[in-house]
Amino acid sequence: MRVGVVTFPGTLDDQDAARALRLAGAEAVPLWHADHDLKGVDAVFLPGGFSYGDYLRCGAISRFAPLMTELVPAAQAGLPMLGTCNGFQILCEAHLLPGALVRNAGLHYVCRDQRIRVDNASTAWTTDFAEGQEITLPVKHGEGRYVADAETLAELEASGRVVFRYAGSNPNGSLNDIAGITNEAGNVVGLMPHPEHAVEELTGAPGVDGRGFFSSIVRKLVNA
Amino acid sequence: MSVDTVKRAGQTPDERMPFAELGMKQDEYDRVVAILGRRPTGSELAIYSVMWSEHCSYKSSKVHLRQFGTKAPKSEALLVGMGENAGVVDIGDGWAATFKIESHNHPSYVEPHQGAATGVGGIVRDIMSMGARPVAVMDSLRFGGLDQGDTRRVLPGVVEGISHYGNCLGLPNIGGEVVFDPCYIGNPLVNALCVGLLRKDQIKLATAPGPGNKVILFGARTGADGIGGASVLASATFEDESQAKRPAVQVGDPFMEKLLIECCLELYQADVVVGIQDLGAAGVSCATTELAAKGTGGMTVDLNLVPLRDPTLRPEEILMSESQERMMAVVTPGDIDAFLAICEKWDVPATVIGEVTDTGRLVMTWDGEVIVDIPPGTAADDGPVYERPFHEPLGQHDLNLDTPDSLERPSDLRTTLLQLLASANLSSREWVTSQYDRYVRGNTVLAQPADAGLLRVSEVMPGAEETTRGIALATDGNGRYAKLDPYAGAQLALSEAYRNVAVTGATPLAVTNCLNFGSPEDPEVMWQFAEAVRGLADACKTLGVPVTGGNVSFYNQTGTAAINPTPVVGVLGVIDDVAKRVRSGFPAAGLRVVLLGATYDEFGGSEWAHVAHDHLGGLPPRVNLEAERDLATVLTEAAKQGLLEGSHDLSDGGLGIALAEACLAQGVGATVSLPGGDAFVDLFSESTARALVCLKPEHFETLTDLCARLDVPCYGLGETGGDSLVVEGVLEATVTELRMSHEATLPGVFG
Repeated sequence: MRVGVVTFPGTLDDQDAARALRLAGAEAVPLWHADHDLKGVDAVFLPGGFSYGDYLRCGAISRFAPLMTELVPAAQAGLPMLGTCNGFQILCEAHLLPGALVRNAGLHYVCRDQRIRVDNASTAWTTDFAEGQEITLPVKHGEGRYVADAETLAELEASGRVVFRYAGSNPNGSLNDIAGITNEAGNVVGLMPHPEHAVEELTGAPGVDGRGFFSSIVRKLVNA
Repeated sequence: MSVDTVKRAGQTPDERMPFAELGMKQDEYDRVVAILGRRPTGSELAIYSVMWSEHCSYKSSKVHLRQFGTKAPKSEALLVGMGENAGVVDIGDGWAATFKIESHNHPSYVEPHQGAATGVGGIVRDIMSMGARPVAVMDSLRFGGLDQGDTRRVLPGVVEGISHYGNCLGLPNIGGEVVFDPCYIGNPLVNALCVGLLRKDQIKLATAPGPGNKVILFGARTGADGIGGASVLASATFEDESQAKRPAVQVGDPFMEKLLIECCLELYQADVVVGIQDLGAAGVSCATTELAAKGTGGMTVDLNLVPLRDPTLRPEEILMSESQERMMAVVTPGDIDAFLAICEKWDVPATVIGEVTDTGRLVMTWDGEVIVDIPPGTAADDGPVYERPFHEPLGQHDLNLDTPDSLERPSDLRTTLLQLLASANLSSREWVTSQYDRYVRGNTVLAQPADAGLLRVSEVMPGAEETTRGIALATDGNGRYAKLDPYAGAQLALSEAYRNVAVTGATPLAVTNCLNFGSPEDPEVMWQFAEAVRGLADACKTLGVPVTGGNVSFYNQTGTAAINPTPVVGVLGVIDDVAKRVRSGFPAAGLRVVLLGATYDEFGGSEWAHVAHDHLGGLPPRVNLEAERDLATVLTEAAKQGLLEGSHDLSDGGLGIALAEACLAQGVGATVSLPGGDAFVDLFSESTARALVCLKPEHFETLTDLCARLDVPCYGLGETGGDSLVVEGVLEATVTELRMSHEATLPGVFG
């Protein structure tokens, strides 16, 4: 199982993403933003960070990266893809997922351990969770408020494509407490929280609830 | 407009130079003339004026700081000591850590966001220039009173600046301090610490050896940041042209700095760097003179080649610009192509601007004419040294006589506990720290509100040796203690940081410091400074932890009102097996709660005296370095044996606050009895060399034996569990009540 981990010049969580994948038994394959090469990976992880500095709208430049011209069609063809934080923002900017992430309602960057409810346990990245299960993952972002027009929201809700919802207090003012969503096919998942920071007892957030993402994709790839 | 050349300086020996406007004294200017044998050119004056400034030359502090060297304890861990960009310490298994704390106080008052952001940027580049990967930052912050209006301007800006810059760099922020006191209202303190890791055989130094080697300036382009002084020079030297007022505060670009970090690490991996220096205060002036002075001794630079963001900059301005995110490297001619290719991969502009020579002169040209021709060491190392006069402040004796003994002590200790827990300095810092990313890079084991930050040493660089080690870091300082007794105050800052490292299970190894004081021209301030340095140097010797570097910030005063003397001390420690770290506070129910160390009736400079009576007088708690060392030995030994489940140091607010915070850590209550006869003293005295630990009942005897062996007092207080903190016969409060008191204060002010 080879899972690509994308690095833009300002990507920050790629080391964590690679470690989380390795701990789950996958091989983490570095993918460089300026290359036109997906190296034949079986899935892709777009980690968080500030891709090209994000002085413009987060992810707005990244969507034009050379690697994205390979990633977008691959995702549309069914390649499993997980975007966390800036990765989620990039997936939205690239229109692989609907809606957008805007400045937190509180106008401050927020880093905290957040309770999250799993609302869809059938995507490529969530089968090892149970629907309705509450997990704790860190959030750490300044622009994580999910917004979309009423029609899109209704569509997401009706089709069960809201994968994660903030439980307890909403850290950023996201509509419908949305923390993460998936595309129609269920292969592309984006969320603001960071599963890769919750995979070891010693480090990161309390608990290891993030492991479920990586065990889910490994199981899927093994069975594929 | 013509440029002032060396040739022209020879022809116009009597031209008045604006040295006074640049902050240079007549006798200092006369020395420059004597060194050069002629008047300096405008560019040369720019170099000398910044290099001989207090900030760069340490001219008022040098004679005192020497004690950090002469009194330094013998340390096998010290690999690089003071005088380089940052000290380097051997942490075992072939790994080294480099760390330093530095002030960015004045810019942060003028423009809080950019001032604080560039403070982070500057210290991170110091760490990079040692050859290390920066792995974490911390911030030690002081603001005016929480109820003072300007605090609401300065604090949010500073926090946002640190948050934006540090988060974009991908460096976890793992701790620090936030302190409020009206004495800082016009002079907030922003002290930023960075720690980096490197292989101990790959240390880089700021040196330019090897004639023929090339000098490369890389990173951001040079703009008009931070050159107020240079425009004085330009407009006073050259008639007619009116210069626009340049912004004096630098503006940061964290994305460029992130690129620089990755670019530098790849340059080090490729082994194409002979010497390297970051550009901080005094920019190109500082980097060229210091590199040349520490290398073969000479360098030529063509200033026209410096890439500019603002093409109208004059050479004097280029020399003084403090534009951020720039580095200077010395590279052999054969490695130039490889060097430039790596820079290009990371989109980092890089330009060869000069060459190392063996002439002993730093020669710079502009439009083909020589505008600087100086012996670089005279600017970098031979600045003026002052023996400033000092004496004890006039009111010091009376201040020490005004003890807290006569203050009315409370009978309702529950109210006192909740009041202290909600006070400006003891309330939850979460409003601040939740704006910092503490998880990035995935090696954070402990972060705020733990006593110290703790990092796993792992996956720092590709191909690096596996290790189980971790490093712990804490910063502390108490301006009220230092005001009462600066000698003891500095030692108390060290004691607390040392203790904070030890409660995690790590062994303290080395020290960095940021010495924040008023004007050195005031003999009373200078006395505070001299006493603080003497105290710190003596204490470092006793505790066996050398000072590896640091920074002095003078002139933190408005009019004649100086801040409380505020020596901030950072301590770095190492733990052999990071998995054996001790958690912060009470992690579970059913554990024995134990107080280590002795408690005395000590309230001088205490939080209680401050909060309940707005009183500052008497003497701070007694320093007991031997007791600190023994306590640290107990803590590290107990951690190594796996005896401890949780710990917390006792400091501001005493045992009462430590118990409450330990309960709040995981929401676990405790029931305890106090050991002494006076519940108020037991709960709120700030005696030093104490810590709270909790452990499984079956380990209690082993711990008491260990304590007995080292003569550390040890009291079983009670047990963890329940949802309240119960101090039997004294007070009871639910964890929820504690939390509500603790967490409402900062959000109540800052929203």
